[in-house]
Order: sequence, then structure tokens, then C-alpha cells
Amino acid sequence: MPSSLLWAVDVYGRVYSLSTSGQQWEHCRDAHLEFKRVAAVQQCCWSIACDHNIYLYVHASEVPIRYQEETYENQRWNPVDGFSDRLLPSDRWQWSDVTGLKHQPLVDFQLPSENWEWEADWYVDENFGGEPTEKGGWTYAIDFPATYTKDKKWNSCVRRRRWIRYRRYKAQDTWVKIPSEQTESLPDPFNDITCGGWEITEEPRGCLALWAVSLQGKVWVRCGINHHNPEGSVWEEVPVPGEVVQISCGPGDLVWAVLWEGHLLVREGIGRDCLKGSSWVTVESPSPGVGVVHVAVGVNVVWAVTKDHKVWFRRGVNSHNPCGSGWIGMVGEMVMINVGLNDQVWAIGFEDRAVYFRQGVTASELSGKAWKVVSVPRDSERSHSSASASSLQSAGCFFGGEVRLQSQASVLSDADPETERAGGEVVPTPEIGDAPKPRIPKVTSDSFISELVSDREGQISRRDVPPAGPSIPEEDHPEKELEDRASPAQVLSPSQSGGVDPQWSNVDLEEAQTHLTSGPGGDAAETSSLSSVATYNLALEEPYGPDEHPKWAWVTGGGCLVECHTQLNWFNTSISTALNSSMQAMSLSITPAQTAAWRKQIFEQLSERSKREMENFMHFEQAIEQSVWVKKGTMQWWRDWKPHKWVDVQFALEQFSGAEGNKDGILFIYYTFNDEKKYLHVFINEVTILVPVLNDSKHTFAIYTAERTKQRWPMRLAAATELEMHDWLALLSVSCCDSRGIQGPPSKQAIWSVTCKGDIFVSEPTKELEASPYPTPCDQMFWRQVGGHLRIIESNSLGVVWGIGYDHTAWVHTGGYGGFFQGLASSTDNIYTQTDVKCVYIYENQRWNPVTGYTNRGLPTDRYMWSDASGLKECTKNNTKPPSPNWTWVSDWTIDYAVPGGTDREGWQYAADFPASYHGNKTLKDFVRRRRWARKCKLTTTGPWQEVPPIPLSDITILPCGPKSTVEQVSLWAISNKGDILCRLGVTSLTPGGSSWLHVGTDQPFKSISIGAVHQVWAIAKDGSAFYRGSVSAQNPAGDCWYHIPSPTGQKLKQVSVGRTSVYTVDENGNLWYRHGVTPSYPQGSSWEHISNNVRKVSVGPLDQVWVIADKVQGSHSLSCGTVCRRLGVLPMEPKGHSWDYGIGGGWDHITVRGNAMEAPRILMPSLTDTQTATRPLQTNNQPEMNGNPVGC
Amino acid sequence: MADDKDVLRDVWFGRIPACFTLSPEETTEREAEPYYLLLPRVSYLTLVTDKVKKHFLRVMKAEDVEEMWFEYEGTPLKWHYPIGVLFDLHASNTALPWNVTVHFKNFPERDLLHCASNSVIEAHFMSCIKEADALKHKSQVINDMQKKDHKQLWMGLQNDKFDQFWAMNRKLMEYPTEEGGFRYIPFRIYQTMSDRPFIQKLFRPVSPEGHTLTLGDLLKELFPAAISAEDEPKKFQVMIHGIEPLLETPIQWLSEHLSHPDNFLHISIIPAPSD
Repeated sequence: MPSSLLWAVDVYGRVYSLSTSGQQWEHCRDAHLEFKRVAAVQQCCWSIACDHNIYLYVHASEVPIRYQEETYENQRWNPVDGFSDRLLPSDRWQWSDVTGLKHQPLVDFQLPSENWEWEADWYVDENFGGEPTEKGGWTYAIDFPATYTKDKKWNSCVRRRRWIRYRRYKAQDTWVKIPSEQTESLPDPFNDITCGGWEITEEPRGCLALWAVSLQGKVWVRCGINHHNPEGSVWEEVPVPGEVVQISCGPGDLVWAVLWEGHLLVREGIGRDCLKGSSWVTVESPSPGVGVVHVAVGVNVVWAVTKDHKVWFRRGVNSHNPCGSGWIGMVGEMVMINVGLNDQVWAIGFEDRAVYFRQGVTASELSGKAWKVVSVPRDSERSHSSASASSLQSAGCFFGGEVRLQSQASVLSDADPETERAGGEVVPTPEIGDAPKPRIPKVTSDSFISELVSDREGQISRRDVPPAGPSIPEEDHPEKELEDRASPAQVLSPSQSGGVDPQWSNVDLEEAQTHLTSGPGGDAAETSSLSSVATYNLALEEPYGPDEHPKWAWVTGGGCLVECHTQLNWFNTSISTALNSSMQAMSLSITPAQTAAWRKQIFEQLSERSKREMENFMHFEQAIEQSVWVKKGTMQWWRDWKPHKWVDVQFALEQFSGAEGNKDGILFIYYTFNDEKKYLHVFINEVTILVPVLNDSKHTFAIYTAERTKQRWPMRLAAATELEMHDWLALLSVSCCDSRGIQGPPSKQAIWSVTCKGDIFVSEPTKELEASPYPTPCDQMFWRQVGGHLRIIESNSLGVVWGIGYDHTAWVHTGGYGGFFQGLASSTDNIYTQTDVKCVYIYENQRWNPVTGYTNRGLPTDRYMWSDASGLKECTKNNTKPPSPNWTWVSDWTIDYAVPGGTDREGWQYAADFPASYHGNKTLKDFVRRRRWARKCKLTTTGPWQEVPPIPLSDITILPCGPKSTVEQVSLWAISNKGDILCRLGVTSLTPGGSSWLHVGTDQPFKSISIGAVHQVWAIAKDGSAFYRGSVSAQNPAGDCWYHIPSPTGQKLKQVSVGRTSVYTVDENGNLWYRHGVTPSYPQGSSWEHISNNVRKVSVGPLDQVWVIADKVQGSHSLSCGTVCRRLGVLPMEPKGHSWDYGIGGGWDHITVRGNAMEAPRILMPSLTDTQTATRPLQTNNQPEMNGNPVGC
Repeated sequence: MADDKDVLRDVWFGRIPACFTLSPEETTEREAEPYYLLLPRVSYLTLVTDKVKKHFLRVMKAEDVEEMWFEYEGTPLKWHYPIGVLFDLHASNTALPWNVTVHFKNFPERDLLHCASNSVIEAHFMSCIKEADALKHKSQVINDMQKKDHKQLWMGLQNDKFDQFWAMNRKLMEYPTEEGGFRYIPFRIYQTMSDRPFIQKLFRPVSPEGHTLTLGDLLKELFPAAISAEDEPKKFQVMIHGIEPLLETPIQWLSEHLSHPDNFLHISIIPAPSD
């Protein structure tokens, strides 16, 4: 059986096809647009793109689609000229069709559309009735119309000959736009499409019925589609007794449609003479009060989905009784359903948005047996160098070296739709969190399989499967791939590519623009907080997951030939193949035939031996103590392989005293797979971080190891209650600290970081962490949580640590540790109550319709009328809860006018369709609008923090010092919520809170500030320019004047960090810049050098070490935004370093390494020291700082 | 009929009852009670005798304590041989429990390796595994493993976790079906009556003609004396894990099932009891 294709569209509008003989979704690269709907049949696939135009994809076949045009040249004899084109007035046209009734000169033949081409020029048909003619193909007759012969006779007065020209359909294996000829009627874009009817008639060949529904609910049918005319010719309206939202057409004469109200319409009277049918009959929704949202029909079946996602099967449907007899409720919750060839059924799951196949559908059992999820990877998941990924990279999505120029979302939204499309066609517009996806690679070599203790033996050949190693993009990849890719995106200017990409405009620029729009009095942190939560709760929360599995929006099986006996390799491929192959191995399997004497002997002797050596001595103590104790519990585990879902597991921590007296432990997760009990385990001493993820539905936490950090794929667990989760977290974190010998408060050198949830983590640096050239990889850093809730944290090596909450409150670290929940290793005093306030945002969405204008009546396929920013999750005012149970509401919902892109007076933003880029004024082309509502919530927690009243702050910086520095007064600068610059007096290591604020005069508001080791103060103004503060010293802590530093061309700076000598800034487009030419005599430096893109924050430490929070870091299983990264190769003479080292990530928001002044013990390579005279000066230059090294080497 | 997997369990969970007595040469503050322990056959003496050490240290002065070592009937016991091998080699056919003498002085430098900590044992154990895999798969399997996989093998042995160990070790026991076995069988033949520590040579599990080679074939080539003729009385016992497999046992099967955790097939050849 030849292979055929299943087509599907993901939630981002990308079209994929899956071959019945294949095992992965192939991205339809030709599709430059996003598609809303696809309807496939075997020979072609119809679709509606996001521009509301209809597109057609005709599969190339061995026999080309060609059509023969013909016309006749007619001549009459007269005595003067012989045969000539001078005809009698009563004669037919000189050029005519075969009947002679229609005038058909050669020039009148036009190609029906630009998708056709002429094969050659016109030529004379020299055949007549199968015999060759002579003399130019003429045939003769006495008169028109008469019988023609090929021989000229004495009485032949007229003659004619046939001219032929072939045209060929050239647009095969590509999407072509079907020109819409409805210029006379209202512009009413199409909303749904379905294709069928090929079984109705054999003639003409390949005749299809294409039904479509417009946004206004009208139904159209496309006429004239057949093999020779794949595009069809004209749309004809079919009157409907209501507003139709969706329609389905089977291979035969079944056509069902869904009405807006949730009832169904059945078309009657469809036959070979009347593809349109004659009348509608109404069928009630299966469930009273719950309307149908989707219907799918086959030859003899009808399936429907109601609003509550229930699936229904219609009994008794056949061509004599197209309405059927009754509904049967089926198992499963689906959002859409499709019936393909042989009445096979396909659906998209409601919860997981996965593609499901109805198993067991046969002619005798049309309802099938069970839903089976199609779990095959997408092609782009396997290699991120695929075209789709690279075109995304062109938009600067990867964390890399490409400079992204200033781009404004508004640039294109005002542009003419044609040009917008020109741009839009080449750059797929990804959704939030969707980025360049090498998604999850196939799991064959996943470690969990290797860790399974199975009775089956793996075959040795399995070793050939490459391990799922990290494929972290090197810095120069995007550029390389940019050059390599042959996509038309190359023609885009960088600003265009940035502009049409709503991801950037909606999300990443959001934070930056909020700062601009909110003005001096604006609540910048509150608005930015949500944008960051929405952007990258990756790896922490489900809705976006770490991009784990593809979410599908639409599937169509009309071209997919599956018979009941067909074996598909689409289900759990990775796992089953691995297990199948291991089945073949032999050594451990039972081989009953093996009853050889030698084997018998061994069994007997072994049991004898056990008896002899052990039976009488069982009272002896065992030499190896089993684990000291075990804590067990039940939990849910986010399964590592597809389909990812929460599965119930037994969870156990075995703790034992290690051989050298240290405590160690192993975590076990026991799960059942295919009725087999399996487990996977993690050594406690390999755990690098435990991240609690509280949300309203689950009490979950994530466990990372270095390996899982590389994969960007933590182990995720959910406890039944919050208390249980805290119990486990406390136990696990104590175990982790024990196994690493970490106790007590964070050291002065500690590296602090904050997640987008406001959780605070601290890591103890080792000397090797900043060793050169071989530092400890930062994915091996162990992070422990410290109580409290902060947005920003800054520290220095004297142990002065300050933080700023989401509500701009300033906090100083008390020197304690722990807090935030009971049971955690915690200092008894120095723990205080801390509160924080932030905003939660939801969106109200509306669609325009011609009758009532904008209403909350969306299309069934639209996003929820109240949703989150992505539109995927329903968020009403009532059901939206605070971010976690720790938060409580402290205000009511209010309209938020400070939204990037601007709003109208009522807070609305307009766009052509969901999801798109929104703008603040309504235009003619806008069909949808949305507005943002905000509500404040408050958190109360505990942690080692004390408030520093009364001025609310937005940024802070503390003088970095060497580890043994004896600075009396620690310089601490801050920026108030209003943009004023402040200098804290009286800060010492004993009184880290200081005594009072000193205002530093400025002309304009500021947003970021940093002080270097020799009191060099840099600041970024709210307009994005940089300033250097002159003459700051220990004696003159406030300095004297500001020097303006031009920002990099076209960029607005956002944040600055100054280390010992290095100055780094981050701009609003995520570019990281290094300041060149900074010398003691000219501390302002000379120029900016671009280091990297996709950087969110930078922290430069007292060793000039450079750490950043980077976005879009690629792991082997997933991608993480908000990732801690460290610059490698930073040396005194090479302050820029050369590459990145990737640490913990997935939702990190802030890091400070300014406390870590621990230099690595210098590795002197004996054989090289003498020859390396060139590096000597470096080391001597380094001496002044060396006194800080505790080792003193 | 038992499953081959049961063999792995029996091998792993083999225990030797031992009675540790402090050497009379040691100076004690009061009399030391003997200490009884079930020793895993597949482990190493110094890895499983922390309790023994603690027990005797209680009656000794700190200044009298040097590195602990063991001796059986005058023979210093090499900690780097698996316990089962030491027992089979020196003490099989004797009454149980196995009487081991504990010393804290006069470390026999010529006979024993020092064992300062468990990391020395770990290093030894891992080097054996690596050597074995070099023989079996040209080191391909062990090199494909990650550090944590190596650690899993070691932790499995150290903590007596059969499942944990075998989840990883089974990879080391795989081979391409078409080849019928490992490249070479990692084995060591020990004998009491020789100065040579052990015999180790390259030996393939399948003959060039394609025949499956057996334990008998191995011995024929490396220790012919171990094979006694039909009519002669048996001169030697060929012991693996305290049992005497038949000579027709395929050597590949033995390697897969009766190897120690270090992936070597340790074969002890001892004089047959003369009774």
C-alpha cells in the first residue's frame, strides 16, 4: 500500500504532515504563512491561511495535470483565392470551437490562473480520426456543418483544421493562493473549509466538493473542481437558515454543518447531478443546553464535539438517512475531530492538544475502540538547523552574537496589509515561548530507559544510538545559519524581521516599553513583572511547559489511507522500539529449552552453596547496612516521555550514611509502564537545585541535576497537598545540603539569584568556579533556597546584601538563612515576615461582527473571550486566582491602560486577528480587540530580610570588594522608584542597612546603576542613554558631575554592571555590550562592542567575571529562557571572554556574582612557566588583587 | 526451572559467614570479642569491614592502630581480590564460619596493597571494569557511559543494590548477536600453589570454526592440569563462586552470569581435597 499523509496544524499555525510509513511530522516548509484550517484529500490539501485566503497544495504525481485547449480554423474555397479565410457572412467564425458556434481565436485563450503554464505554442493537429492527414491537417467537407473527410474532393467547398495547445498545472507540491473573485460582495473572509465528495461521481475525473464557511456564517461551495481543474472555478453561495460556524463534508453525499447556536444542519439532496444539494434539515445537539462546536462526517459516520469537549457518535447514518438516528456519547475530551478515509477518526485532545487516532474503526464497528495518541516527533525537533528553526533564528531568537537592531512593533502594524504580508510570508510568527524549536529529540536514548530495571536485556547495537547530548548553540551559530539558509527571509531587513515577529513585540519589548510608557510615576516593576512571568515560566509551569510537546490545533485525515489492519508506527515509537529491540537480546531472558546438564548443575550447586554458606548463619550481621531509613510517599510525576502527562508514582528517598560517614541518599521514582514496574533514580548528591512551583492547581516542584540542566528538562513532581510538598522539599533540601556538607547562612562570597516567581536561591562558589582555563561548569553549581520574595538582589564580598521587592520595597539581608516554610534548615533568629505586592493580568478579547460590532461572541475556534496573554488558557475575572496559594487579592480588577502598543480610551487594543500584534487605535482591517485587566495581590512570607524604609527603589548597586578588603564605608547606590539617584550612607559589613539616603542631583530619571571596584559609577537613564559619574571616591561618595555616554547606535540601554574594570550594558533588545577603552585616566571608555544577544541581565563581579541571564538557551530536550550563563575565557587581558557556559535556567530573572571575589588557585604548569614569559606581565599586573586570595598562592 | 536471572541474584547475594578475631600480637586494653559478619562474596574486604574496625578499635589505644589488614591461617588476604575469590582460594572445604584474623600492625608491605580509603577500592574496581570492557567491547560500552553511570555501578556495589548495579551492568553484558559473544572473555585464573598472582590471557568465546568454547576449552589451553583424565582421581577443583561448573559450560554464559561485579570471571583452582 502506498503511503499517504495525515495533515495537521499546530497552535502556531504551522502545517505538518505525517506519512503512514513515516515516523515524524514533516514541517511543510513551503508554507510561509500560518494556517488556520486544513482539509486534505488524497490528491491535494486545501487550507485557510491567517490572511483568510484559501490556499491549495496539490501533490505532484507522475502524470502531470495538463489540459488540452483546442480551436478550429475554418476556411472556404472560392475561385479566386482557392481556400482562404474569407468566409461567407452566414458562415461560422474563422476561428471557432468544434461546433462553430463560439468564436475562439488563438489570442483569446488565457491561462486560468498564474498556476498554469503553457507547455508549448499552438500547433496543428495532423491526426484525424486516428489517421494522419496530409496538407497541414485540413479536413474537408461540402459545407459547414457537415461530415469532414481527410481527403479533398471535387466538391469540397470548406475545410477546417484543429489547433491544439496544452497547458500544464505547475503549482504542485507547493501552497498556492486561490484568487478570491468575490470582489462584488462584502469582504467576508473564510473561516472553515472542508473537502470531500469524491465518491459521488466518477465523471469528471477527480471531481471534488469544497465547502467553506465565511466569518459571517454563510456557506459557499466551490464548483468545477476536478482533475483538470484542481483549483475549481467559482464559489457559489448556499443559503443557510442560520449562522454556520463549521462544516464537514464526507467522501460521499454527507454534509453536516454546525450552527452558531450549537445545533446541526444536514444537507439533503446531494447527488451526482447536484453537488450542492437541495435543502437543510436540522438535527438537535446531543446534549441539551450544551451546543455542538464541531462536526465531522465520513461515508457512513458522523462524529461531533460539544462545547464541554465531549465526543459524540451518530448512530444509523447512511446515504439514505443522512440524519442518522441517535447520539452515543464516547470517551475522551477533544477540541476537534476529523473523519478521514475509510471512516477513520482523528481528533485533537482537549487537555494535551495532541493528535489522537481512533483505534479499531472497522466497517462493522464504526465507532472504534479507543483513542490512541499519535506520538511521533516533529522533524524540527530532531535538528535545530532545520529551515523553520533557522528562519526563526533570523529574527534573533537564539542566544547568540547577532546584533538585533531597534525595532518597533508599531512600524508594521500601520503598514499596508500587502507589505505586511510580504514580510509575514517569510517569517513565521511564533507564539510566546515558542522560539526556535529543536523541540524534544526522540527519546530512544533517554537515560530513563537505560535506568529501567527491566527483565529484558538491551541489545548491544543500542549503543549506536547517539546519546542525547546537549546541543547548546554556540555563539556564532545563528550567524552561520543565517548565511546558510536559503529562505527568502534573507531579503528582510533586520528591523522588519524584528517587527513582524509578535513574540518580540508582545513580550520582550513589553518590559522595555513599559518603562517608557509608564513614565516617572509609573509602576514599572508591576507591569514588567507579569511580562516576565508570562514570558518564561518555562520549566516551571504547565501552560507553556518547557515547550515540551507540540500542541496541535487542527488535523485532517482526508488524505490519510488507514485500513483496520494497517500497522502504524506512530504510537509511542521511541519507547516501543527501544523495548522491542531489547526483546531480541537473549542473555537474561528465559529460554525454556535450555535444560543442559551444565546449567542444571550450576543451579543446583548455587542453591547448595547458599544453603551451606548462609543457612546456618543468617543471624550474623550483614556487612553492608542497607539504607538507614526510607521515606516513601505517593506523588505525581511529569512523565519524561511523550505524551507528557502527570502520572501517579511512588516516591521514595533512601538515606544512608556514606562510607566516609557523610550522609547520602538516592531518590527513587517508581512508576508503571505497560503494566511493568520500573523506576528511575537520582543521587541526592547530584541534585543541583529544588525549585518549588506553586500554582493554583498543583503543588509541584522541579528537581535538576547537572545532566537535567543540560537537557533543560527537570524532573517534575507534584504532591497532593501544599503541606506534603513542603515536607518533601524540606527533607530533600536538608538531604542535599547534608550530602554536600553545606550548612548555616550563605557565605559572603555567595552568588544570589532570583527567579521570575520571586524565589531567592543562593549558591556557594568554590575556588574552581572562576578558575581559568577550566572552571567548574556552572550547571554543576548547587543552589539552595532562601526565604523571601524579591525582584532584584545585589551583594558584595563583605556580606552586604540588599534586595528590592516587586512593590519596590528595599530589603537588607539580616545574615540569616532559611525561612519561607517550616521544616527547612533555618536560622532561628534573623527571620522576619516579608510582604510583597504584584499585579495579575488577564485579557478580555472581542471579535467584530457586522451586525453587532464588537461583542464577546467569538468564533468557536477563537481564543477564550477572557484569557491569559497567550489566549490558550481561559482566565475570567472570577476564576483567575492569585499566582499561588501564598498570594491573596488586595484590590479589584481594573482596566490597565499602560499596555505596550497603547490603548484607546477604554483600554482596547486592536488587531486583524488573534494572535497578532495589537495597536491602540481601531482601523478598518481590525476584526478583534483585547484589553488588559489588572488586579493586585499580596504575598506574606518569611525570610532573612528587614525592610529599609521609606523610599521605594527600582535598582541598587553595592561596591564590589576583594575578599579581604578593609573598606570602612561600603558605597551603595540606588535608584528610587521615581528615577532619582540615591547614595546610602553608613553602610558597613556590620551595619549593612546603613543609616540614611543622600540624594544625588540629576536632570532626568534613571533606571539602572552600577558601581565598580574603584568607585566608578555608571547609570542608565530612562531614555536609554548611559552616564558616568565623575570623581566618586570613598571620600566623596556622591561624586560631582555626570558625563553623558552615547549608547550603541540605535539602541536604548536598559541595564549596566561594572566590575573591577569591565563595564557591560544590556539594551532593550537584549544585546550585551562591552565598553572599550576604559582606562584609569579615561574611565568613560571609548566605544561599545557587541558581545551577545538574547541577554536579559548582566552581572559583572569583582574579578571582572561576567554572568548573565540569557534567553533561549538550547538544551538537548528543551529550551530555556531566563538562564544563568557565565562568560568563559575572561582574563585580565581578555575581559570579553570568548564563549558561554550554561547554568541553571528556566525562569531566572536576576543574578549577582558581585560577592564572589574568590580567585582560583593558580594552576602553574611547570613545563610551561619558563616558556610563557609573555603571560608573566599578566600575572604581575594581577598581584595587587592577589592579596585577597585566601590561599595566597 | 529457574531463570538465568536467578543466577545473577544468587551470585550477587552470596554471603560468607566470617568470624573476625583480633590477632594475639595486637596490644589491647581488654580482651577483644570476635566479631561475626556475613560478607558479600562479590565485595571487597576493606569495603565491608568498617564495623569490624570500629569493633576492635574500642579495645585498642589509638597509638597502637595502623592500617587494618586481614590474614587467614598465615596468608595475608589481598583486599583487591573479591571476598568470594579469597574464600574459595584459601578456605573452601573448611568449616564455617571463616576465621579471619585482624591485624593493625606490621602491615605486610610485600604482600598487600595499601587501602587508605574507599576511593582506592573504587579506583581499583572501576579499572577492572574498564579492563574487562576493553576485552569485551574494545571499551566501547564503558566509554559511552557517563560518569554518573560509572558511579551507579560503584554505588550499586558499595550499597549492595542489585537492581541499581544491574540496571547499568547489563549494558556491559551485551554483545552483537551475530558474533555469538564478547570479543575476549575477561577472566582470571587463581591458584594457591603458584607465585604468579593469576593467569590472564586473551581467549575468545567462539572458536575460529564457529564452535562455542567451554570452560573445559579454556582450561585445556591455560591450565591443562586442572582437567583430569577419565580414569584418574581428580587433582584439582575448579571453583567459581563456590561452585564447580561442569567443563562443558559455555565460557560466554559463564562470563555473563558468573562474573564478579568487576566483570571478570574469577576462577580459583585449588587442590582437590584428599579425603
